Amino acid sequence: MQITLKLCNKTLIVKLIGELDHHEAEPTRMVIERTIAERDAKNLIFDFSDLSFMDSSGIGMIIGRYKLIHSLGGQVALVCTKPQTERLITMSGLKKLMTVYPGVENALRDLKEA
Amino acid sequence: MENKINLSFLSKSANEGFARAAVSAFVAQLDPTLEELADIKTAVSEAVTNAIVHGYGHGNGIVTISCALSLDKTVCLTISDAGRGIENIEQALEPMYTSAADDERSGMGFTVMETFMDSLVVQSEMDKGTTVIMTKQIGSDSTLS
Repeated sequence: MQITLKLCNKTLIVKLIGELDHHEAEPTRMVIERTIAERDAKNLIFDFSDLSFMDSSGIGMIIGRYKLIHSLGGQVALVCTKPQTERLITMSGLKKLMTVYPGVENALRDLKEA
Repeated sequence: MENKINLSFLSKSANEGFARAAVSAFVAQLDPTLEELADIKTAVSEAVTNAIVHGYGHGNGIVTISCALSLDKTVCLTISDAGRGIENIEQALEPMYTSAADDERSGMGFTVMETFMDSLVVQSEMDKGTTVIMTKQIGSDSTLS
């Protein structure tokens, strides 16, 4: 899996390309945790628009990062356009904790206003 | 079309992607929709991850998958490990229950399998292992174009 990180003000945008499963969840977690600490990021956007597969290990990884960001007083947003990923996100109840956007720009705009 | 494959591989997390891809390639001969294929891939991924994380506790073991296709386009998947087994299957099947909370598990594995497949049966014996049997009929989806 390919991970692209971009910092926009205090918001870290994590774009994941490929398949997010149990095997990929741990290295992904480590990269995100390190970057949040090093760059002092407050909010987090997961961009799943080019993610071709995700299972419940991905949900566990998102919840873990939500707990961290939430404890730092920030917000987490998801960008998702794939029906399979969207179904899993809905099933997991993640939408009670964070908003799902159709594009990164929409998520950034809302986080800025918050 | 009647057909069947058996796969066995080491309980390494790098093989999760292989297992999904192999089953998906085999099931493709039933001409499933993208959604049906995604459902099966997700269910396989959950069962194989359970075998690696819970069955073998990240240790070494063999995971086996048997996938059978029947004439009525039903996919029957049997995914087994010879690991530690599940003490309380009823509890394991509860949504959001996890025995490995420190491991950042969502506890959704069985719920995903149940939701994405037509049927799910879990058999387990302590210190003998766990077998998950799932079926899904291809082409029963009314959203076919």
